Amino acid sequence: MTETPLLVVEDLHVEFTTPKGLVEAVRGVGFTLGREKLGIVGESGSGKSVTGRSILRLVQPPGRVRAKRLEFGGRDLLGMPESELRRIRGRRISMVMQDPKFSLNPVMTVGQQITEAYRVHAQVDRREAVRRALEMLKAVRIRDPERVYHAYPHELSGGMGQRVMIAMMLIPEPDVLIADEPTSALDVTVQLQVLAILDDLVTERGMGLMFISHDLNLVASFCDRVLIMYAGRIMEICDARRLDEARHPYTRGLLNCLPQIDAAGGADLPVLTRDPAWQEQGL
Amino acid sequence: MASEAALPESRLQNLRSWLLSDSPESVFHARCQRFYLGWVAFRANPIAMIGLLIIVGLVVAAAIAPLLTGGDGTEQFLSDRLLPPSAQHWFGTDELGRDIYDRIVWGTRVTLYIVGLVGTLVVPIGLVIGTVAGYVGGWVDNVLMRFTDIFLAFPRLILALAFVSALGPGIENAVLAIALTTWSPYARLARAETITIRNSEYIMAARLQGASGLRILYGHIMPLCISSVIIRLTLDMAGIILTAAGLGFLGLGAQPPLPEWGAMISTGRQFLLDQWWVATVPGIAIFVVSLGFNLLGDGLRDVLDPKSGGAA
Amino acid sequence: MTDMIEVEGLNVTFGHGKHRVLAVRDVSFHVAEGESFGLVGESGSGKSTVIRALCGLNPNWSGRMAMAGNRLTARRDKPFYKLVQMVFQDPYGSLHPRHTVDRILSEPIAIHDLGDSERRVARALEEVGLGPAFRFRFPHQLSGGQRQRVAVARALILEPRVILLDEPTSALDVSVQAEVLNLLRRIKRERNLTYILVSHNLSVVAHMCGRIAVMNRGRIVEELSVAQLRERAPTQAYTRQLLTASLGYDREAVARFVDFTESA
Repeated sequence: MTETPLLVVEDLHVEFTTPKGLVEAVRGVGFTLGREKLGIVGESGSGKSVTGRSILRLVQPPGRVRAKRLEFGGRDLLGMPESELRRIRGRRISMVMQDPKFSLNPVMTVGQQITEAYRVHAQVDRREAVRRALEMLKAVRIRDPERVYHAYPHELSGGMGQRVMIAMMLIPEPDVLIADEPTSALDVTVQLQVLAILDDLVTERGMGLMFISHDLNLVASFCDRVLIMYAGRIMEICDARRLDEARHPYTRGLLNCLPQIDAAGGADLPVLTRDPAWQEQGL
Repeated sequence: MASEAALPESRLQNLRSWLLSDSPESVFHARCQRFYLGWVAFRANPIAMIGLLIIVGLVVAAAIAPLLTGGDGTEQFLSDRLLPPSAQHWFGTDELGRDIYDRIVWGTRVTLYIVGLVGTLVVPIGLVIGTVAGYVGGWVDNVLMRFTDIFLAFPRLILALAFVSALGPGIENAVLAIALTTWSPYARLARAETITIRNSEYIMAARLQGASGLRILYGHIMPLCISSVIIRLTLDMAGIILTAAGLGFLGLGAQPPLPEWGAMISTGRQFLLDQWWVATVPGIAIFVVSLGFNLLGDGLRDVLDPKSGGAA
Repeated sequence: MTDMIEVEGLNVTFGHGKHRVLAVRDVSFHVAEGESFGLVGESGSGKSTVIRALCGLNPNWSGRMAMAGNRLTARRDKPFYKLVQMVFQDPYGSLHPRHTVDRILSEPIAIHDLGDSERRVARALEEVGLGPAFRFRFPHQLSGGQRQRVAVARALILEPRVILLDEPTSALDVSVQAEVLNLLRRIKRERNLTYILVSHNLSVVAHMCGRIAVMNRGRIVEELSVAQLRERAPTQAYTRQLLTASLGYDREAVARFVDFTESA
């Protein structure tokens, strides 16, 4: 990567004070994101979602975020005043979340939501916004954009809803898209179709994609680079195509304990033994 | 020796670690832990603590009333009528020369009696009717809910008046009347919760073990409805006290010489301009206790209701 | 010799009046004793509905179902529940939030009057790999994997011969899934249980089962052995597409996907 990275994260720490004490969700995470598809894989509690949210400063008190560097296009995200950050959120960095049932407003039509998302960031009149919205719906391969424009979220299937989410988040043409388990609630064939749409849009627009997921196989086949997280730290960063050459025992353990269709049945799945040393060292 | 001075400290620490341990050793232990965690969450809310303090004060005053007062508030000293507050009579005396402070303190027993009796009548009736209606559904649900609607449709004070007029004045009849007009919302609340819960997988799992409807209702569904019903009860307490006071005011509740606060306001009304303390002090007492229940109820809801962020 | 589970011409409906949906259409399959049978399909395929009808949670069905040679009617009785148990998908929803693990496990013992509760509960916990430390915890004090183990223990405590597994590991982390799947295989071996495993995850089903039926829109599209799956020998286009999708993201393959569902 010879050009400057879109996103630079260095020594990110996120902690929460709970009645039972201090919980460190992210402990010293660092990586860069260029115009590529970066996958962040981890199990629950690994801190991957919190990492994604802290980039957009979506972590609310009692959570505290600090980092040596958290920069977007060279600008510091942590120190930025809220008004400036609002101009970046959605416009330059967008986020797609897991379940459209919960991230789409159930009392507004899909069209209303997409045009609203657009007009927050672009000074255009209503007709132009509607035109752009329909254009985006076509871009996410919705066959009947007019019908979907006037539909309510509950009238759409999961796959459609997620495509609407993507349309809404990509309409302002951001540079970076953070996708937090965007396909986990979908059927496997629909998952791949939605990913194909993301793939094409990201490549066409030269965006950076941060793909957060628990599904190692999916991330390995979809992304360019993979980051493995455990207990708030990064265990390994590697090229997606070379995942089977991974060296960290946690990554190997994760890979080994996945059931494979082509593995000869009969043997138990190797169980991942968690080395307590992993809690202390990361990349 | 240093260890001796540290002993009470370490006992407290032992208790604390017992309460916070990850592996309870018995049902009692587990229940204590849950209670403790609920208490810690409750304690963090200063306003709820004020409510709790007021209610605890009410209960303590009722319990040790003989220790806090000179007489029982019913002795009349006609030569000392309508005396203003002074060192001898902290809240003054009423039109029959009775010490108002004494009557307020003994009145806490009456208030608690009313509130406790209404609660013990209303919660079980509402829970049973609501959960059965919600779980069984169909025509049983319809019949029970229409029955509930009938009671819900009447304005509380008017229905209470009608009952008391029919049954005769007296504190037990007032309590009965209030209970009859208060249980309907609890049935509706329990029914709504039951309908939400009845399709949960843990209920399905219970059915798959062969659990009878009764066992499911009593062991699985009711425990989940109890928190919201209790929260609703504490928030309703203010209304119950005021209704009882209203009935007392109208002479239909507690009968003289019982020091019921509402009745005290009623008789003190005629002296309001010149001897304000006769009516005002019981009024303040009602206000404080109602406020206490309200604040307590709010605090309980924050702790118990999972939807507003509580853990239990 | 009769099979343990026999289903013929099963139709199951949901809802009433104009909201009636025929969720399962003309489904037939047999499962022999000791076998592990997989039901695979995407959401809305009707796979969960089949086992819910089998265990009596959905009474609106027609067709013929038999368990251990006995024909099933609209209702199920206690002997049925001693024979057949179920493990649900959501570890966060299948345990009562206000009951301790001890209560959850002793309830079936009390319902069926089995007695010896103390020993049975302790043994069940041990068998699923949870020690006595977990006995008096509430579900919110357990992790997802631990809750699912409790659910398995609960299913085992009545010593059934058939266990219906409805996506038992879909909500679990991958490493926890491996442990739970290993546990399920071990107890099946030790007790010679018969399983029906419902899942949308073809890899999990291929690992656990010998034969599978692929469902789509309420019908069985194809029944095949896992060996045939491995040889890439499915005969139906839907099965082939499902298999391709299960192998990971492949841009060219996705471009060839066909829509087998009703529109949107």
